[in-house]
Amino acid sequence: MGLVAGRVLVAGEGGGPLLRLDQAISFWGGVDPVSGTIADPRHANFGASISGTVLAIPSTVGSSSSSAIMLELLREGTAPAAILLGEVDAILSLGVIVGKELGYAGIPVLEVPVAEFTSFEQGALLHVSPAGIVTRAGS
Amino acid sequence: MTLELTTYERSLIGGAQGDATAMAMRILVSAAELVGAGQLVEIRSAHIDGCLHHGDGGVEFAERLADGGGRVAVDTTLNVGALDLLHPGKVRAGAHKTDMARRQMAAYVRMGAEPTFTCAPYQVGHLPGMGEQVAWGESNAIAFVNSVLGARTERYGDFLDACCALTGRAPLYGLHQEENRAATVVVDASRVPAALKERDVFYPVLGTWLGLEVGRDIAAIVGLPAETTRDQLKALGAAASSTGAVALFHVVGVTPEAPTLDAATHGQIPVRTIILTADMLRGSLARLSTAGQADRVDAVAVGSPHFSVQEFEHLKRLVSGRRLAVPFYACTARGTLAALEERGDAKVLREAGVEIIVDTCVVVTPILPASGGVLMTNSGKFAHYGPSNTGYEVLYGSLEDCVESAVAGRPVSDPEVWAW
Repeated sequence: MGLVAGRVLVAGEGGGPLLRLDQAISFWGGVDPVSGTIADPRHANFGASISGTVLAIPSTVGSSSSSAIMLELLREGTAPAAILLGEVDAILSLGVIVGKELGYAGIPVLEVPVAEFTSFEQGALLHVSPAGIVTRAGS
Repeated sequence: MTLELTTYERSLIGGAQGDATAMAMRILVSAAELVGAGQLVEIRSAHIDGCLHHGDGGVEFAERLADGGGRVAVDTTLNVGALDLLHPGKVRAGAHKTDMARRQMAAYVRMGAEPTFTCAPYQVGHLPGMGEQVAWGESNAIAFVNSVLGARTERYGDFLDACCALTGRAPLYGLHQEENRAATVVVDASRVPAALKERDVFYPVLGTWLGLEVGRDIAAIVGLPAETTRDQLKALGAAASSTGAVALFHVVGVTPEAPTLDAATHGQIPVRTIILTADMLRGSLARLSTAGQADRVDAVAVGSPHFSVQEFEHLKRLVSGRRLAVPFYACTARGTLAALEERGDAKVLREAGVEIIVDTCVVVTPILPASGGVLMTNSGKFAHYGPSNTGYEVLYGSLEDCVESAVAGRPVSDPEVWAW
């Protein structure tokens, strides 16, 4: 498989290595916006850097402040290059929408069924198009 | 679904109420399209979870709206900020962060929001009625207003709650709509010993389990006592919305949309029924402590969600005439502190060594001693977020255990409580 189509939640273009999270995450309390790393010691991907990745998240949990963390990631330049969500999350996407209002560089956010995350191996270099097409970079 | 706007709503995008409201409406429309709403709904109140300084982007957003002439269109309360404005110096923050955190809180007040600075606005007089449409942020407040009060909100994140407040509108979808509020999962707690269900310490553990088990699904819990208190339901919802995206739960015979199980499920057959066992609870109880083998306690924190007057009365009875050996923080609303001062309770609590924090809490901003160590709490939410947000290891226990441990300076617990 070299191509997956997602529903565009926030349009944009970006690419990087795939970081597929093994469990749901709350950005607030779960991600440090300054370093761009997963900061919850109880999370399966604790310590991983999300900066510049195509971040695939099965689902999100917890705090409604996750949109604020998303905004700070964009402001700090530590955000993922693109986000693929297993289920629609208005809270996370909103951080990106507000970032655009404030003039920060945006990133694409797509809804992609979790089963399709596994079409690519962990670390695969991916590209997300403005139309919501995920392909291997360069292909 | 295509989003249809009224003439008035379209006029807001066009700037009829100024630049700030236009920006708020643009963001609201983007969010409404994102979730597939067909229209917006008029709201009666908003609770804004945007006062907490996570970085300067949040300040920029708030000041963009306030400087653009933004005014809230409905009754609006404010969640915690990063500072205790009534007790300067309690929060360890540099000059830049202190300044920015203060500016962020002030910007929302400039827009006409009430400076409640609490995660529990329902404890300071803001109690929307059954069926009322509102737009609330802060996960515990969302769970409470939906579940315990029967008002209707979706899970609004930072920024969108403010946009709803400025426009008086929210996307009409999800939990705003009657048909999406039915329970699909039944949790049967009838085998849990009655003595345990009377104890406050049971509810955060049940909530922790619920959030992990049902996530986004709506549960109807049966077998809880009719006397289950609002503080217990608050603790249940706060824990459930920390470990899962729980925005609504029903407790049959207790919460307003669940006079009967049939009412809670809207007469539908539940997708699944789970009988709560001792092993399930023990698993969640164990998860709430990361310092199970600790031989000392370095600090105690209570009040997440913010402590109520009733919880302070309980704490007062436990600490009266005693001396706490380690720092003991109780977080609450400035409105609740005013009531405590009036009753003379604040003095009694402080004399025993309780440090009362308002406008913020110890897990969202640096208040705990920088030395770190073991933090004990009776809050499922503090136990969940404590390790990542404060660097402290956590121990979970009852309020009684917290006080006894704070007096002794080492973990004290009463395992009999969990006898099953």
